[in-house]
Amino acid sequence: MNSPIRRVSAGCLLLVVALLINLTYIQAFWADELNAHPDNRRVTISEYARERGPILAADDTRIAVSEEVGGDFEFLRKYPDGPLYAPVTGYYSYQYGRSATERAQNAILSGEDDRLFVRRLIDLVTGEEPKGGGVKLTIDPAAQEAAYETLGNNKGSVVAIDVRTGAVLAMVSKPSYDPNPLASHSLSEQQEHWEQLQADDEQPHLNRAIAQTLPPGSVFKLVTAAAALESGEYEADSTVPGPAEYDLPQSERNLPNQNGEPCGSDGETTLTNALRISCNTAFAHLGEELGADALRDQAQRLGFNAQPLTDDDMNAAASVFPDDPDAPQTVLSAIGQFDVRATPLQIAMVSAAIANDGVLMEPYLVDELRAPDLVSTLHQTEPEEASQAMSAGTARQLTDMMVEVVEDGTGSNASMSGIEVAGKTGTAQSAPERPPYAWFTSFAPADDPQVAVAVVIEEAPDTARDDIGGGRLAAPIARAVMEAVMDE
Amino acid sequence: MSFDQHRAPTAPADESVVPRRGRGTELILLIFAAGISTFAYVNVDLGVRGDVPPNALAYLSGFFLVAGIAHVVIRMRAPYADPTILPIVVTLCGLGLAMIHRLDLTDDTTLAATQLTWMLVGVALFIGVLIAISDHRVLARYPYLAGLSGLVLLILPLLPFIGHDIRGAQIWIQIAGMSFQPNEAAKIVLIIAFAAYLVKTRDALALAGRRFLGVDLPRARDLGPILLVWLGGLGILTLQNDLGPSILLFGIFVLLIYIATERISWVILGLLLIGVGAFTAYHVVAHVQNRFDLWLNPLDDPSNQIAQSLFGLAHGGAVGTGLGQGYPDMIPIAESDFIGAALGEELGLAGLTAIILLYALLVSRGLKAALVIREPFGKLLAAGLASGLMLQVFIVLGGVTRLIPMSGMTTPFLALGGSSLVMNWALVALLIRLSDAARRPAPTATPSFSDDAVTQVVRVR
Repeated sequence: MNSPIRRVSAGCLLLVVALLINLTYIQAFWADELNAHPDNRRVTISEYARERGPILAADDTRIAVSEEVGGDFEFLRKYPDGPLYAPVTGYYSYQYGRSATERAQNAILSGEDDRLFVRRLIDLVTGEEPKGGGVKLTIDPAAQEAAYETLGNNKGSVVAIDVRTGAVLAMVSKPSYDPNPLASHSLSEQQEHWEQLQADDEQPHLNRAIAQTLPPGSVFKLVTAAAALESGEYEADSTVPGPAEYDLPQSERNLPNQNGEPCGSDGETTLTNALRISCNTAFAHLGEELGADALRDQAQRLGFNAQPLTDDDMNAAASVFPDDPDAPQTVLSAIGQFDVRATPLQIAMVSAAIANDGVLMEPYLVDELRAPDLVSTLHQTEPEEASQAMSAGTARQLTDMMVEVVEDGTGSNASMSGIEVAGKTGTAQSAPERPPYAWFTSFAPADDPQVAVAVVIEEAPDTARDDIGGGRLAAPIARAVMEAVMDE
Repeated sequence: MSFDQHRAPTAPADESVVPRRGRGTELILLIFAAGISTFAYVNVDLGVRGDVPPNALAYLSGFFLVAGIAHVVIRMRAPYADPTILPIVVTLCGLGLAMIHRLDLTDDTTLAATQLTWMLVGVALFIGVLIAISDHRVLARYPYLAGLSGLVLLILPLLPFIGHDIRGAQIWIQIAGMSFQPNEAAKIVLIIAFAAYLVKTRDALALAGRRFLGVDLPRARDLGPILLVWLGGLGILTLQNDLGPSILLFGIFVLLIYIATERISWVILGLLLIGVGAFTAYHVVAHVQNRFDLWLNPLDDPSNQIAQSLFGLAHGGAVGTGLGQGYPDMIPIAESDFIGAALGEELGLAGLTAIILLYALLVSRGLKAALVIREPFGKLLAAGLASGLMLQVFIVLGGVTRLIPMSGMTTPFLALGGSSLVMNWALVALLIRLSDAARRPAPTATPSFSDDAVTQVVRVR
């Protein structure tokens, strides 16, 4: 009977091996996926039991912190200036997950990142409670506050960029929301605020600065002007036709100027003047002459049709220049209508590239990742060139043209005493039943640019509809933000 | 010149060498076992509450005292027994107690105290079995009586007044306010019955009938017993609403027929019958179908035990969260069927692997005894008890870790449950008894002739 017993023993061994292989598969290989499963509350609870690292502004102001409060969950996530920074910090909720930086940098903030592995081991040995690392953003609190305050009750958003580096200095979206109740330890409080947010037609949790594209209108004329100058066919003082109405090719429709008058006395105008008074017919002519391919090429060199902030994993929307417009659509695209859509971040990138001698810097939001001691650096973001969007000569001519816009044109509300400002307005009609989008983008100082800004106002409840316009509403906000940056 | 003349005087000296009994080894291993158990207990309190429990020393000495008494009884009643069996069982019990205590602290229950009481009852039964049964062969005397007792034990929960239903399974009896699950006892009694029956009938069962595809099929008239046990298995299935226990019992029976007859055709036949039974169960018993669906898609409803078990195992990872620092309480009823997952979360892959290897070692000691023991009943009994233990561990832990569909059975020695714990201590007593018989030196054939210079004792093996 011994040989069957030996075979049964071998069978038993097989069962043990099967158990161990399966267990190894689950605990060593499948584990990451299981731990990341949205319904797995273990990981979230253990995160709550650990001190989550802070999110810092550029001057080390703590804009998201964990405070020890005791109870089932030891630490409570707090946002001292919740609505002000909500678009960048995002929320951190037990039931509803995380968003923005809280989501994108979760590995560092929770302390689970591989770069913190050795520290976790040391903590294990020394019995120290493990903590999360810190995330330092590029956001400048002065610029952020200036944008938030001057935006007032209007629905809209503001982005400011350091033109030399691409660092995002301000990212404001209004209406905003308070992430504090979403991080509450009371599940019913979380739920109440979550449902309120979801039900709100104003979409306060939408980051309008980067996640929503709108028709850019006349601010897109900067792209068309850049394409014209880059083509070699035009200079800033080249004359172009600027009639009161432009015959759309292959169409019965006409495209009129905003005021119904021709640009220039004899229906002709210089490029500089066309930009200064935002002459639709002149840019329509340029669009038809240059063609869709040249416009799209220029737009893409400035960042269109690509998702920005991917390194920071911010889920930003890509701005769009349409794929295959026909002739009349191309003309409309040249003045930022038809299917051209852009985020405020994208428009700020256009100004920033012009300001930085034609070199577009890759925008970024995370400046530095820090170890749990908040002193030693795990990672420092190095500014990176995205593209040579235009020649330095084109950039210089465009700068001069934009200075004209502020000094003597549609953007005069952005002018500052003693400092030259370059800018461009836009007032984009989208649908007859809703007010136009008021745009403004600018940079300053024009001779030694530091900061580029884009502002969009979607709705202005305190302003009469006819008074809504980029120069009137948006330009003062851009000025306030630029001043806040330059005051430092 | 004859070598024999020179060698003759030294030969008896070889015979008189005392075989290693291993009792000293057992004692040292028991110190470790009690130490590990106490360390786990202290670790739980440190993890959950942050301080050492005040009764840690009492716990250690109590554990060691109980193990020590069992050790002394082994010294007296089974001095040649395998020295690793008792320490393995004590370690497993200690780890189980620590985990139940850990879940107590979170759930605010006092199940560990109950379990500790049952462990003492189990050790008492262990001692009782070792003292009452000095030779395992007495168990072979009444195969049919044993078989009948086993069946009665299985049927008891169905009887009015004492039968009792807990969580949809009619497997309990209640006498004087105490709940008892008789199928654990039935399992042991039936293994004894199978072994005794097969010793008597194995020659007939080994006779070949027709040959088919190179396999000797048994004769049709010999199929009776296996079909009877199969039907019994289906009976348990309907009784318990569960596939695991019936597969366990039937599987042990098939393995024993195979060992007794050395014919692989019985295993093939057994697997076919298991297949038919499982197929029928899947289509007839809704509960089995549920378990099967859960096995295929455990994450569809994340609140179920399998999903929580997988989340727990993943959270534990390679080295575990540490005792008292995971969330095993999130697995529903973790202290019984899913204690393996709870241990896997807090002790990690490393710890659960160690536990599985402890079981493997225990089973291998039983199979070793089966190989070495010198008569067929002992061989069958040891092989049946050991492979049955392995099968049970595989069905439970395989179910908990989603290797196979889940079926409700207790994890031997670890899980909460008095009946299971007590009967498994009885099972261990039998293994100790069998390994003692296996390792006991063969009675030396002392030549009784006076003329031993001429006649030599010839070893025939």
